[in-house]
Amino acid sequence: MISLSRINVTFNTGSRTLVAARDIDLRVDEGDVFGIVGYSGAGKSTLVRVMNLLQRPSSGEVVVNGQKLLELTPKELRSARKKIGMIFQHFNLMKSRTVYDNVLYPLKSSRMPKSEKDRKVRELLQLVGLSDKLASYPSQLSGGQKQRVAIARALANEPRILLCDEATSALDPKTTLSILDLLRDLNRELGLTIVIITHEMQVVKEICNKVAVMEEGAIVEQGDIVSIFSEPKQPLTRDFIHTATHFGQTMEKIMSHPSLARMENDDLLCKISYVGSRTSEAIVSDIATRFGVSANILFGNVEILQQTPVGSLIVVLSGGRSELEKALAYLRSLDVTVDRLDSPGKAALGGASVV
Amino acid sequence: MNDFLNRYLPNVMENKSEIWESTYETLYMVFMTSLFSAIFGIALGVILVATDKGGILANRWVYSILEKIVNFFRSVPFIILIAIVVPVTRLLTGTSIGMNAAIVPLVIGIVPFYARQIQNALLEVDPGIIEATQAMGSGPVEIIFRVYLKEGLTGIIRASSVTVINLIGLTTMAGAIGSGGLGSLAINKGYNRFQLDITFVATILILLLVFVCQFIGDYFTRKSTH
Repeated sequence: MISLSRINVTFNTGSRTLVAARDIDLRVDEGDVFGIVGYSGAGKSTLVRVMNLLQRPSSGEVVVNGQKLLELTPKELRSARKKIGMIFQHFNLMKSRTVYDNVLYPLKSSRMPKSEKDRKVRELLQLVGLSDKLASYPSQLSGGQKQRVAIARALANEPRILLCDEATSALDPKTTLSILDLLRDLNRELGLTIVIITHEMQVVKEICNKVAVMEEGAIVEQGDIVSIFSEPKQPLTRDFIHTATHFGQTMEKIMSHPSLARMENDDLLCKISYVGSRTSEAIVSDIATRFGVSANILFGNVEILQQTPVGSLIVVLSGGRSELEKALAYLRSLDVTVDRLDSPGKAALGGASVV
Repeated sequence: MNDFLNRYLPNVMENKSEIWESTYETLYMVFMTSLFSAIFGIALGVILVATDKGGILANRWVYSILEKIVNFFRSVPFIILIAIVVPVTRLLTGTSIGMNAAIVPLVIGIVPFYARQIQNALLEVDPGIIEATQAMGSGPVEIIFRVYLKEGLTGIIRASSVTVINLIGLTTMAGAIGSGGLGSLAINKGYNRFQLDITFVATILILLLVFVCQFIGDYFTRKSTH
């Protein structure tokens, strides 16, 4: 659907050269909800603008809907863009036009008969749940409503792709969820391929099936969401995931209050992570009955990503040394990842944690 | 009433028809100049915005040349501009004196000012909106007519009323080439012949004209704001 290969984007600002995208390869398949996360200035917005050539790359190839965009004439590019919808952080609605006219705008140049256009606009506004706001001006709407109008406008020419540039970043958490719900419905019902640029992993977690993590213009890690969430390889990816799951804060609390762990000599502080239908309870009771190892659960979290549970537990395992070894071996044989963490006491002394 | 006017504005009452004529001349010059300036000024303002760095038709050469021309003509004092452009005036109107001849320097004097005002008004259109319409596949012509001129309408109206008020000021100077109008009436009939009541009435009429323009401008500004 969208394929970027060896994309480089550099800006010349007088004496300095700024690299906004370096050597990026990216593939978005039909029906994907593809998330691109990164902190501000990572080059995400530049990258999404390459996908409809609002930003021309310095080198590389852009193929969207089977067309090599860089080889198109301006006129061809304009008609290609009609098939790539885009929404923005600040909605970018025309203030001088009503909601109805904003949605009508992209249809004005089409040869559709007037009655057809009217039907289309009403249908789109119904789809986003704003049928009662036809005659309102954008200034009379809330942020969430504005974004809904923007979505209706972006869908007017029936694009196969919707690019979302920080589309929920200016919205409160509740409104964010409702917009994400709408996007998910569009993805499912219209088969719309969606690319989402965001700095919030929460957004990615909510609706994406694939994710790429960007830093300093490069993609540091990409893959399907379940494997990224269950086995993040890069520190930056882990950072993002931990902010989404509040894992980092929890660890900090546990580490700064050794009493929480209440550990004996041979006790192990572990992080147990697992993917799939296996429930945490079964794991804990399993090792208790099989090896007599008791697990004190300090923290547990289960995310349902694309219908797959991804869980993590922080536990203190206690029992005899050999039983502990056996229990760990057993857990590893179940495809459960076990990471030993420094005990709070040591962490307090050494200050290092292996999370 | 008539007694009162005859007593306090004797010269005005004697030259009534001339005052009406001067008012007509001023209105004529303001109207015709506004008409031409609107076309050229808006076009020039749009071209400046479009060819500016990051504009929809960015072109450094066109922009910097036009900008220098605009700056040059804005810097020349109007009374001197009238004299400088006389050859052009003669070429276009066949004469260098009178009401119609005055329109040429007036247009040349006001267009750069107006173009700058339009440029500023259009720069206030949210660049995000321009980007969104580009993403929707709009071309430059469509963006100019359906986005810049529509979204910038409030600013354009404000710029227009400021410009017309400025223009009224300039028409008074056009008296220097025998254009007639309230300005030359105030100077030639009023000041030079010590008929102060004529100067006074001419001033009142000019102020009235300015207020009306201001009022109309404000009305449409309010109407176009959502």
